[in-house]
Amino acid sequence: MSEAASRAYGSLRRILAEPLGMLGVVLVLLMIGGAVFADLLAAAEPNKISPRDRFLGPSLTHLLGTDQLGRDLFSRALHGGRIALSVALISTAASLAIGVVLGLIAGYGPRWLDNLMILLFDAIKSFPTVMLALALVTLFGPSLTAVMVVVVLVNVPGYGRIIRTQTLALKSAQFVTAAQSMGAGTVRVLRVHILPNVIGPLLILASMDIPVVVAIEAGLSFLGLGVRPPTPSWGAILNDGFTAIRDTPWIAIAGGLPIILITLGFTFLGETLRDVFDPRLKRQG
Amino acid sequence: MNVLEIQDLNVTFATEGGPLHALRNVSFDVPEHRIVGVVGESGCGKSTLINAILGLLADNGQVDSGRILFGDHDLTRLGPLEMQSLRGLRISTVFQDPMGALNPVISVGRQMLHIQYRSDLGRSEKNARSVKMLRRVRIPDPESALDRYPHEFSGGMKQRIAIAMALMMEPALLIADEPTTALDATLEVATIELLQDLQAQIGCSVLFISHHLGVIAELCDDVVVMYAGEVVERGTTRELFHDPRHPYTERLLRCDPAGQSGRTRHLPTIPGEVPDLRVRPAGCIFAARCHRYEGICDTVPPEVGAGGHRARCHRVTP
Repeated sequence: MSEAASRAYGSLRRILAEPLGMLGVVLVLLMIGGAVFADLLAAAEPNKISPRDRFLGPSLTHLLGTDQLGRDLFSRALHGGRIALSVALISTAASLAIGVVLGLIAGYGPRWLDNLMILLFDAIKSFPTVMLALALVTLFGPSLTAVMVVVVLVNVPGYGRIIRTQTLALKSAQFVTAAQSMGAGTVRVLRVHILPNVIGPLLILASMDIPVVVAIEAGLSFLGLGVRPPTPSWGAILNDGFTAIRDTPWIAIAGGLPIILITLGFTFLGETLRDVFDPRLKRQG
Repeated sequence: MNVLEIQDLNVTFATEGGPLHALRNVSFDVPEHRIVGVVGESGCGKSTLINAILGLLADNGQVDSGRILFGDHDLTRLGPLEMQSLRGLRISTVFQDPMGALNPVISVGRQMLHIQYRSDLGRSEKNARSVKMLRRVRIPDPESALDRYPHEFSGGMKQRIAIAMALMMEPALLIADEPTTALDATLEVATIELLQDLQAQIGCSVLFISHHLGVIAELCDDVVVMYAGEVVERGTTRELFHDPRHPYTERLLRCDPAGQSGRTRHLPTIPGEVPDLRVRPAGCIFAARCHRYEGICDTVPPEVGAGGHRARCHRVTP
């Protein structure tokens, strides 16, 4: 186990050695820290309306200014990070888990099951994300759960397909046959021999998908299909700000800046992870 | 007492061009404590034979008739779970390519732990057992070898690790599928000697598949010669090498480059090619290439009797 720990430490050092990787780690930690310690960092309540303080510009009391209801935007942006990150992390983890299981079943199971899975994946994929989201929200009403269900539905086919293709390629690998000939059953073959060989690229892909999920959540909230007001969400803050963007641009900035930062952070992190773990994609020369 | 008895085994594969008869009326025994070699050229059904014994035939393959008796079981009738409970425990396998036979992403120690999943021992006892096995196959510093990954070992060492894994549960039957083909000549000799030693220590029987006659002569007690999915001749190693009866065996022995006396630019070959297994000839499978061919060979398939040194040929008096 200590060997695994030192291996993880070695990888972390390689990530931090890359300038982009370092920047990515810093941005991601900053955003996560902001979300986790939102209550400590921002003194003001995110939902407290004070009509006298409407449309105040950035100042020391209100670092990012206030919105049309006099709510502190810094506090709202930090609390919006909680929503964005928890939606992103929970739904990415759920899509990974479901995608991996379905992909393994499709790749390793009988041909008809494979065909069925592929049909299912293609059917889901054929819906445009926003259309699927609108349909689901109309059915279940706007809520965080609906947003997460949309994200999981949209992500699972991609993850499932990747795992399926790699499983198919490994199914007839000699070490799989060797494991079977030593008495390993289906579950053991999948868990011990196939999963560790296929999971790496998927984790990298998932880390690069997190900003996409953040954007989906913000987009749905912007359209009023995500979290309900007054719960702070980056998309909702953007929506508050975009009508008044000429006179009070800080509202839109408070909603947009965190989205940009988190996207940059996870993208840098994901690209560095890919460079570090996938030698085939390493820059030549 | 026989560990393995194969009786009139027929295996076909469903292909787009119709059923392919991969094994036809294959019969031979693997007696206790003996090493039986199966020799034949590529495509003669050696691998199909192994997969049929292990119950790991491809989805389009099936056993049509015949029996594979192992102890009290007929392996052709066992369900997948019963078969799984024999594999690795009572029947074990070493494969041809040592580079591919180990999982590249998990350590040797963990792979050896997973093979022992049916044992009640604790983790440290299982590891101790792995170390003991690695020491028996002469892996230097076996304790630290457990923490290493397959790519950190040479080809010969990987093959020895695979042998250690196969013999871990002290099986009654070890199937070795061309275990030395991918190794160079020096390693081949070392691996053969290792297999011989371990076989004597553990007291298991070995079914040794190869197309290398020299290795078969060196290692095996009995030999089965296969051609196009049929057993054409079987006997003890001495009988078969000194008194080959089937014309195919005769020609095959003459083709061994080791038997050449002088320098030559032309190694001897057997003219013709292996028949298409989807359209078997009515008579003898080897008739088209045989130098002792006569009329009856085209119409009547030769039969082979039980026991002793036998050849499936009309020209041989049984």
